[in-house]
Amino acid sequence: MTAQPVLPDGLVAIVKRECETCRMVEPVLSAIAATGAPLAVWVQDDPTFCVELGAVHDTDLAVSWHHDIGTVPTLISVRDGAEVERTIGWSRDEWRGITGMATLGADLPPTRPGCGSMSVDPDLIDGLRARFTGDVLVSRRVELSATEDEFEALFARGWTDGLPVVPPTRERVLRMLTGTTREPSEVVAIAPPDLVEMTVEKIAINAVMAGCLPEHLPWVIAALEAVCNDTFNMHGVLATTMPVGPVIVCNGPGTRAIGMNSGINAFGQGNRANSSIGRAVQLTIRNVGGGRPGEVDRATHGNPGKLSFCFAEDEDASPFPPLSVARGIEPGRNAVTVFAGEGPRCVVDQLARTPEELAASYAACLRTVHHPKLVIGFDAILVVSPDHGRILADAGWTREQLVDALDARLGTPGRDLARGAHGMAEGVPAHLASVESLPKFRPGGLLVAFAGGGAGLFSSIIAGWANGAIGSDPVTRAVGT
Amino acid sequence: MTYSEPMGPANQGITILDPTGESRPSTRTPLQRPGSVAGLTVGLLDISKPRGDKFLDRIEELLVERGATVMRFKKPTFTKPAPVDLRHEISISCNVVIEALAD
Repeated sequence: MTAQPVLPDGLVAIVKRECETCRMVEPVLSAIAATGAPLAVWVQDDPTFCVELGAVHDTDLAVSWHHDIGTVPTLISVRDGAEVERTIGWSRDEWRGITGMATLGADLPPTRPGCGSMSVDPDLIDGLRARFTGDVLVSRRVELSATEDEFEALFARGWTDGLPVVPPTRERVLRMLTGTTREPSEVVAIAPPDLVEMTVEKIAINAVMAGCLPEHLPWVIAALEAVCNDTFNMHGVLATTMPVGPVIVCNGPGTRAIGMNSGINAFGQGNRANSSIGRAVQLTIRNVGGGRPGEVDRATHGNPGKLSFCFAEDEDASPFPPLSVARGIEPGRNAVTVFAGEGPRCVVDQLARTPEELAASYAACLRTVHHPKLVIGFDAILVVSPDHGRILADAGWTREQLVDALDARLGTPGRDLARGAHGMAEGVPAHLASVESLPKFRPGGLLVAFAGGGAGLFSSIIAGWANGAIGSDPVTRAVGT
Repeated sequence: MTYSEPMGPANQGITILDPTGESRPSTRTPLQRPGSVAGLTVGLLDISKPRGDKFLDRIEELLVERGATVMRFKKPTFTKPAPVDLRHEISISCNVVIEALAD
């Protein structure tokens, strides 16, 4: 960490020899100095450049970093210790204006663009950010020995989900934090199960480990806000013996901007945003919250989606408004919907040509969620594919019509669901046997989303966990900056 | 180019940031186990799993036979942590607590 360097009053120029425009303006700088005007020159690369002008080497680029030099040459006018004006590159008019020298650079072209400052060089900027702003990070520093393989060291400390993670160096974490406007110290949530404060900094560390890019970070933060509350009940989702984890459905134009997959293999491997956002959420719960399998996580089988289960809706092709809009978020806004879900299962119907036929197939498969004789207690997401969606769209069906059609086909007499009926001990309590018809899902318990590749007359069901106050309700939240 | 690399010379170990909540003490000393339950107040916490009460009824019988005073508590739902008031009540009224996880 270095103190912010103060610029002297007068004119200040920042240049580098590698830049052709800087070399072109060297005689101009000499002409300014010859008038006796106060001029200070900093050189980024070669300390012998402009040495006859008394140039100072910006050895660690502190002057360039702290004064936001994006382009060289930059000419700055300083009065009473404060910058009053600057110009970048070569513009004869602007240089003349700043210096007050009417004939400056008469033999040069009117304008010439400058070059990138070394302080914004992609190969150097992470190191500079760590050097000059690293003090904002308060997490404990962990020094790894040179003889230690850093990837194995992270496994050994119990900080991974079973796959290698990216070592969270200060440089990488600071770069991750450029993805959000929130302060590193801001507490986003109280992390279950240990109930410790989850700061933006801790989330950024885990996002680095998960393989996120900075533009993924706001999505990770939004998803963590969405799961760490009494409504979603991340504690219970973690602790349950059932095979569920947070399923994250992303909506909004930002899903395209960060390259999320809503098409071919949307639930599967191969897309960095889908994989790393969901992984970062789970790694944060593991590391910050202390939720580890075999400890508070008691899942009997779990499911592979507990590594990451995150996808975007295909809003452009969907016959329905986005899931987030159906759940109260304004159109065009980025949002996440979190759902305590197990792995997806496929619904095959290659012969249906009407929405009624398709609804009948969906209903038959949805009936089996967790057990055909257990009703109301579990929610589900039905993810409609493009090929199936076309059948619904051609008939003009809305999301609500589809849900109503499914409800109409999912009523079951209580006597068929009662414990012991049909030779199965499992079922609803005996006092419900006399009920004429019980629904499979509670009102609002069936969510409909749209995603998948353009070929395949298949849809997908993601079954949920115990719902409502004793379990988890889906939560939808807007994604911030 | 004479710019000095700010990330330090190569071949040194790297420094990373702790990804955890940093809430774990390095060591934790368990309470001394009581030699006998006679005369102690034992709290039995039912987490509201089905048939947990059956299990605890039997535990209560066995504890009372051994001279313990038993107090029964119940979480509203097994899916969420015990409310802070309940934890406090147990901590001030019992010497020992047994939590029942049963199905």
